[in-house]
Amino acid sequence: MTTKSEQLLNWVDERFPLTSTWKAHLSEYYAPKNFNFWYFFGSLALLVLVLQIVTGIFLVMHYKPDASLNASGIPVAFASVEYIMREVPGGWLIRYLHSTGASAFFIVVYLHMFRGLLYGSYRKPRELIWIFGTLIFLALMAEAFMGYLLPWGQMSFWGAQVIVNLFSAIPVIGPDLSLVIRGDFVVSDATLNRFFSFHVIAVPLVLIGLVLAHIVALHEVGSNNPDGVEIKKKKDANGIPLDGIPFHPYYTVKDIVGVVGFLIFFSAIVFFAPEGGGYFLEYNNFIPADPLKTPPHIAPVWYFTPFYSVLRAITYPLFGIDAKFWGVVGMGAAVVVIAFLPWLDRSPVKSIRYKGGLFKGILAVFLVAFFTLGYLGVLPPTPGRTLVAQICSVIYFGFFLLMPWYSKMDKCKPEPERVNFK
Amino acid sequence: MSVDQKMDSGRRQLLVATSAAGGVAAVATAVPFVASLTPSERAKAAGAPVEADISKLAPGEMMTVEWRGKPVWILRRTPEMLATLDQTEAAVSDPESNKDMQPEYAKNKARSINPEYLIAVGICTHLGCSPSEKFKMGAESGMGEDWHGGFLCPCHGSRFDLAGRVYKSMPAPDNLQVPPHKYLTATTILIGDDSKA
Repeated sequence: MTTKSEQLLNWVDERFPLTSTWKAHLSEYYAPKNFNFWYFFGSLALLVLVLQIVTGIFLVMHYKPDASLNASGIPVAFASVEYIMREVPGGWLIRYLHSTGASAFFIVVYLHMFRGLLYGSYRKPRELIWIFGTLIFLALMAEAFMGYLLPWGQMSFWGAQVIVNLFSAIPVIGPDLSLVIRGDFVVSDATLNRFFSFHVIAVPLVLIGLVLAHIVALHEVGSNNPDGVEIKKKKDANGIPLDGIPFHPYYTVKDIVGVVGFLIFFSAIVFFAPEGGGYFLEYNNFIPADPLKTPPHIAPVWYFTPFYSVLRAITYPLFGIDAKFWGVVGMGAAVVVIAFLPWLDRSPVKSIRYKGGLFKGILAVFLVAFFTLGYLGVLPPTPGRTLVAQICSVIYFGFFLLMPWYSKMDKCKPEPERVNFK
Repeated sequence: MSVDQKMDSGRRQLLVATSAAGGVAAVATAVPFVASLTPSERAKAAGAPVEADISKLAPGEMMTVEWRGKPVWILRRTPEMLATLDQTEAAVSDPESNKDMQPEYAKNKARSINPEYLIAVGICTHLGCSPSEKFKMGAESGMGEDWHGGFLCPCHGSRFDLAGRVYKSMPAPDNLQVPPHKYLTATTILIGDDSKA
């Protein structure tokens, strides 16, 4: 005897893998039972992605990508953002959710990446998950950068000017490449419109595709855990990992707790400090773009500052090519080097729980250098600060490039047979 | 068709040829899409020369005019300001402006037709920010005791002297560009056109 709803489900299952997909990815996807606090950030990143897409859809209904001046002499794009903020019912909330959501996205993703670093989640057989993740990070940076141009404020304009000019530093093809990116000889209406197109269509599509690949690859090999031991090595008679629990309902419920906690913090910021003290939305961006005057102090939004500091730190030419080019190379390499972690880490253990003092010490120094670079990136440059940024850049790259040696020298503790769970 | 049957090489060649032709068609189709990203005819046509009236510019003052969407500075230098160019000579990376950053007629120490007026595109040669005026000299400028006046790029800290020459070991590789220009009268400058006639 089958009920009507079971009959309907059977009808669908014969035509579409509904139940089997549900089982494979949720009710019979076995995740290690010892996930801790750090494991909230993957699902939170997904939540913020959905938030950005939904708020973005509503913003596009009122926003106009147009750099021409309106009757009051204000660029139309800038005025349309102010219109959303002041005159569209609920517009201020949707816009602040989106602009604060961008910063929240990076906070969550940085913590998610740091989790991977702590527990060796990039190690074999999870190299592809890590590479997809690095690509997501890159796509996210592109998405955030192009989105920041849209309000057409002073920071939008000069930030885009600097970053697009980065590409002109590439020998031979550089000048033409930056021309193709801008679509004009200066950052202009053409630039604004193509960035709008990329921001609302092209990059989000790529981002969603990469997120799918990231999750499919994860579910193929199974999740890592804070002990860094493979739960698939110890299975029961039914082939289910002894230390695994079904993702649904166990982790769906746990993640809902994370979502509630996140939303408490997030709404507090959206309602009481949506500009994040000038870090989430910079004060200069409340001034319409002026192509003739760079604001006295320009800095990227906080999530780009560590990489921006690396760019600024390189001040001398090499092999007869300008310092500018090497700055660009340094900044690009600082992101790309992350993708190589699976092959740089030669430690016999995955998790920091079993790594020795050497790794922990170097990780601590790396963190200090990374935060220092981030802090210096929001400040105007001085010779002293540039020197500090240079030292921190060397530490940043040293952490990655010397890892094959120090991760081998490190005195690790033996990994347990099974995960620790109290 | 059984597995051990010999491959039909005629069909295989046809397959390869068809794929190659399809590939060529795909690349050809991409051409107009890439072309659409380059500056439009309208963008290329923009950029007419602009006239600047410098009669009201006092010594030591600077004005900015827009040419091709970029700021062009006109700085009326005082004799003291011009004198600093000798002091910065050793500290700047390309004192003679050997790299081609200006028209022939401005290829001199003051980098101008008339030494009194510096005309330069106010865009840093590093990443395109517009440097700020730092005309005060010495400690008063906040740029250090030995500052002779000039420009500071707010983005990456490149320093330029009062002829737009970049100091050594700065992110900016080149001196500020001097645009093509000519004097229509003693107090009117045409920026963007230096044709004689």
